[in-house]
Amino acid sequence: MTAVYEPCYEPWDETRGAEIIAEHARQEGATLVILHALQEAFGYVPEAAIPMVAQALNLSRAEVHGVFTFYHDFRHKPAGRHVLKLCRAEACQAAGGDALAARAEAKLGVSLGSTTADDRVTLEPIYCLGLCATAPSAMLDGRLIGRLDQKRLDALVAEAQR
Amino acid sequence: MSMRLYVSRDAGAVAVGADEVALALEQAAARRGVAIDIVRTGSRGLYWLEPLVEVATPQGRIAFGPVTETDVPSLFDALASNTPHFLRLGAIDELPWLKRQTRLTFARCGVIDPRSLDDYRAHGGYRGLERALSLGTDAILSEVTASGLRGRGGAGFPTGIKWKTVAQAKADRKFIVCNADEGDSGTFADRMIMEGDPFLVIEGMTIAGLTVGAAKGYIYIRSEYPHAVEAMNAAITAAKRSGYLDSYIGGSKQAFDLEVRVGAGAYVCGEETSLLESLEGRRGLVRAKPPLPAHHGLFGKPTVINNVLSFAAIPFILAEGAKAYADFGMGRSRGTMPIQLAGNIRHGGLFETAFGVTLGELVDDVGGGTFTGRPVRAVQVGGPLGAYFPRALFDTPFDYEAFAARDGLIGHGGIVVFDDSVDMRRQARFAMEFCAVESCGKCTPCRIGSTRGVETIEKIMRGERVSENITLVEDLCNTMKFGSLCALGGFTPYPVLSALKHFREDFLPAPTTLQAAE
Repeated sequence: MTAVYEPCYEPWDETRGAEIIAEHARQEGATLVILHALQEAFGYVPEAAIPMVAQALNLSRAEVHGVFTFYHDFRHKPAGRHVLKLCRAEACQAAGGDALAARAEAKLGVSLGSTTADDRVTLEPIYCLGLCATAPSAMLDGRLIGRLDQKRLDALVAEAQR
Repeated sequence: MSMRLYVSRDAGAVAVGADEVALALEQAAARRGVAIDIVRTGSRGLYWLEPLVEVATPQGRIAFGPVTETDVPSLFDALASNTPHFLRLGAIDELPWLKRQTRLTFARCGVIDPRSLDDYRAHGGYRGLERALSLGTDAILSEVTASGLRGRGGAGFPTGIKWKTVAQAKADRKFIVCNADEGDSGTFADRMIMEGDPFLVIEGMTIAGLTVGAAKGYIYIRSEYPHAVEAMNAAITAAKRSGYLDSYIGGSKQAFDLEVRVGAGAYVCGEETSLLESLEGRRGLVRAKPPLPAHHGLFGKPTVINNVLSFAAIPFILAEGAKAYADFGMGRSRGTMPIQLAGNIRHGGLFETAFGVTLGELVDDVGGGTFTGRPVRAVQVGGPLGAYFPRALFDTPFDYEAFAARDGLIGHGGIVVFDDSVDMRRQARFAMEFCAVESCGKCTPCRIGSTRGVETIEKIMRGERVSENITLVEDLCNTMKFGSLCALGGFTPYPVLSALKHFREDFLPAPTTLQAAE
């Protein structure tokens, strides 16, 4: 059995944030690179980091905010302790993904795109993990799971709730 | 001598337990005191057999699959005593599913260790680059043009012409960009080749850089592919160390540097101009064309932007000559296409073959029909923007023009199979909904049209003025098709209109059974 992997993030810290920004600011077209790096460190992109990125790249706050909000990946607040992503694209729909998504929602008591009240699990849709020949598929904190069925899903949900 | 075993490290294999199987093999070997050497390869693309374990023998590699952790002890006993095992599939190269393919691009995928540059070279890697260095720009361009290679991302634009335009452009800097934002559901060929043969992509991009005079390349990989990002980064590091990137490429005077950039979950960034905006660090808003990226691309400079599979086809074309590639195929679709069989399918995976094979052969014969065992009702070809085809169109040959003639597209070569439980109204609604969520918002037909499309299809689902609303959806689709800036809004009508055309019965109210009068 695979060990339960728990993502570990630093609390937001302005000095640390400035370091991360400075580390990447010299690359051409660095905005996404920096936003990714911030999220990797803190688990989300803190509001306070936006003007710092803008200043480092000589952009307006509105421009950086615009980039931040355009992309689905960037989080405005930390996710739950575990993130369970279910693929909702066509290949997984064809293989019974709709029923599994409904089952996960019912088991966790939240709808796709939200976090359980105890902050343990964030349930999210994802549009294609490229595992379309072993559909339906899912990802739990970076671990990939193919050929998902009711039993495997229940085990994943239970693992995420631990 | 130790026993050599091969287990895939491909994300698709790992998702069904390949890591656990590899670990179990190591533990079983240790317990028995047998020396083994496990090579983690890419995937052969026979996903219903993953995790696949191959064993090196004097007669070639023998395959077993699908192997689970619990099968490992008995598998080991069978190997040690050379006795039969219920998972034994025989010589991998003799499996009909592999044998009937024409693997030009995927020749090494699943065979070699993707982390090893030596393994790549031992299997013919970098022969294309060597020949390219001896040819010079004009001769390379005529080889690429003569091969008939067309953009494998979906648009099918001749690669040779694109390269020539950039080669002739005058600028202080030029760029090579690899579009690895493989967002279409039902496609995974880019992911497989990046994970299973990453040096091939590097070699193809390097040849492009030398040809057009670009010294810098970017590979834009979607964030949903962390394994591919890792594999490409590892390969780039190895190539740099061995003199295949940076300066003096392959001993020449030319320089070429590569960098991986990771997307952030926007489907529209698979559109080339949106991808360029994203690479520049902006919102992925589609640019109006012209100017073409070949003239005014990344950072305003002339840019070759091609799909992963286009770059991956280049080394073969250079190494073996244009004719060897162009001899395969039909009509204006030359060479091979890595086709991906997905969804509700028994034998799902990657099937590389010459253009011209029919849809029916692919779905029924190669794919073996549905996984559920129910009849195939619809297949969506070419991703979320591709048309749904019924069985009646299964004689369509896999060819850009043949699919276009039937109001479809081959796109990136993905085929998603649905059985007879599919509700085509829901699929049509999903196409519009996906477009609404992923629209970059720049043009009105896509931004507003997709939302109105969802609403109108929902009215049809509720039985409100069905025939009027069907006409309205068809009209809306025409507006989106001809009025949108890019393929997202422009092609979303394909799944919607094809569902309406070929599966009309799903949209009409169910006939009410009249109760007999008492």
